[in-house]
Amino acid sequence: MTAIYQLGIAGIRSGIADGDFTAKEVAETFIARVRAAKPLNAFLVETPEHALAAAEATDKAKAAGEDLGKMAGVPIGMKDLFCTQGVETTAASGILKGFVPQYESTVSANLFKAGAGMLGKLNLDQFAMGSSNETSAFGNVISPWRRNDGGNADLTPGGSSGGSATVVSGRIAPAATGTDTGGSIRQPAAFTGITGFKPTYGRCSRWGTIAFASSLDQAGPMAHDVRDCAIMLESMAGFDAKDSTSLDLPVPDWEAALNSNLAGKKIGIPKEYRVENMPADIDALWQKGIEMLKDAGATIVDVSLPHTKYALPAYYIIAPAEASSNLSRYDGVRYGLRDLPDGAGLQDMYAATREAGFGDEVKRRIMIGTYVLSAGYYDAYYTQAQKVRTLIAQDFDKAWNSCDLLLTPTAPSAAFGLGEKSDDPLAMYLNDVFTVPSSLAGLPAMSVPAGLDGKGLPLGLQIIGKALDEQSVFNAGLAIEERAGFVAKPEQWW
Amino acid sequence: MSIDKETVKKIASLSRIAITEAEADAFVPELNQILGWVEQLGEVDTSKVEPMTAVIPNKLRLREDVVTDGEIREKILANAPIAEHGFFAVPKVIE
Repeated sequence: MTAIYQLGIAGIRSGIADGDFTAKEVAETFIARVRAAKPLNAFLVETPEHALAAAEATDKAKAAGEDLGKMAGVPIGMKDLFCTQGVETTAASGILKGFVPQYESTVSANLFKAGAGMLGKLNLDQFAMGSSNETSAFGNVISPWRRNDGGNADLTPGGSSGGSATVVSGRIAPAATGTDTGGSIRQPAAFTGITGFKPTYGRCSRWGTIAFASSLDQAGPMAHDVRDCAIMLESMAGFDAKDSTSLDLPVPDWEAALNSNLAGKKIGIPKEYRVENMPADIDALWQKGIEMLKDAGATIVDVSLPHTKYALPAYYIIAPAEASSNLSRYDGVRYGLRDLPDGAGLQDMYAATREAGFGDEVKRRIMIGTYVLSAGYYDAYYTQAQKVRTLIAQDFDKAWNSCDLLLTPTAPSAAFGLGEKSDDPLAMYLNDVFTVPSSLAGLPAMSVPAGLDGKGLPLGLQIIGKALDEQSVFNAGLAIEERAGFVAKPEQWW
Repeated sequence: MSIDKETVKKIASLSRIAITEAEADAFVPELNQILGWVEQLGEVDTSKVEPMTAVIPNKLRLREDVVTDGEIREKILANAPIAEHGFFAVPKVIE
């Protein structure tokens, strides 16, 4: 029998249903994995008691013959951007150190209602601003993966959901929540050989999720495979009156409708994603992905998304603009850090608190956002970016006239070493070149692990779908998963 | 368009972030690099384009104008750096 810690959501579900093990045994297994994984710095807070209590509830419900929830007996990792009642939540920022929410985010509440337990709160880039998990106030998360060159350099798990990617790929948690603003689920999933899904904007409630850029932020699952992502997203999604942009639509039964036969589906290959200096490994993987989808019955068509090159610069106006507004709430008055120099007035207190509490990247983005929204520059920067965003969304709409889905690489490189890009903000931003356009258009997209590069590191392929058509994205992801035969796992060195 | 140290200090002040002279110096090239890069958006002809307001068509809902919560003062104050007599406490603002 497969060791419990190697199992994902579906494996745990059937093991509990068949009586192979109890939910308590599952929780204990992963609690021990969490304790042993400290060198990876993935957890900011550990909550073994929460995981055990949920497991006991599952075991009791099963003994009583009750129906079990979709996530029953699955102990998950929770990205520390989701407010969890009674459990410290910091968004990996010093300004929220010691903040203990008095309420539960809708996404975490939905997961707990479905029977999931929580192993702890996961490290991330500070306020989810970053692509390498190096902006956390509580230290870097280290990827379980290492290059096969014997150098043992510490690699990034990607970001911002770096803790989530590390624990799922290291088999320290069977699944974890992520959030994606410009690629923060998909890029770390690609870097660590796991599957990550960003649903249509509005599928998952943003209520109780610490805000970065509200018109882009979406929660989603990070898990072993496509099926696990489908199960978990069903439990996370759903209408919530407390989020004004929540979609008032039923949650489809994505898992039940999984079908990797793509006969009749047209897959678009956007020529603008063939960027300069793309590593040959990634180009080759993209070609393999095309063959896999053909083999599954799909037809391949060439499409053009002409405004693709403007997506990143538009994103780096829109996201910081929204961030500068959202993060104005951290003022040292209502929660979080207060820095009150001797004799200081209110304005000085604000400035000192924010100076002491925010990290460099957060300050950089607040400053850029403030500048592009300031009088005299608003139209030239912010309004222009929102107009370009319209054009980017129209590019996708036009592409849907000739195809149902798009296939692209997830990221322009494999995982890089910690420190290799942290001195150059612009080089770091370019990591999200393939994930940002679909974020700007609010479309569902996922990353599926599809191969290894020459250094033995995972590479992912991205599938982008029409708004609300998560099912087709899942199905194409499954077709790739079945054909890629990706079984590589990081060797346990920690 | 390039920004100078005085502009950086003004942005920091608008952002309510205290910065030192050295930090202001460091921000000048950094912000100029990023702003120089985003300025390529100016190449795009957007004269006939409306700015995006909602990525997924969605009507803003109205709810009944009734109280839906309350009686949670202690919870609201639970994380305040300083709370006194049921209020958030701040430094004196009236001279």
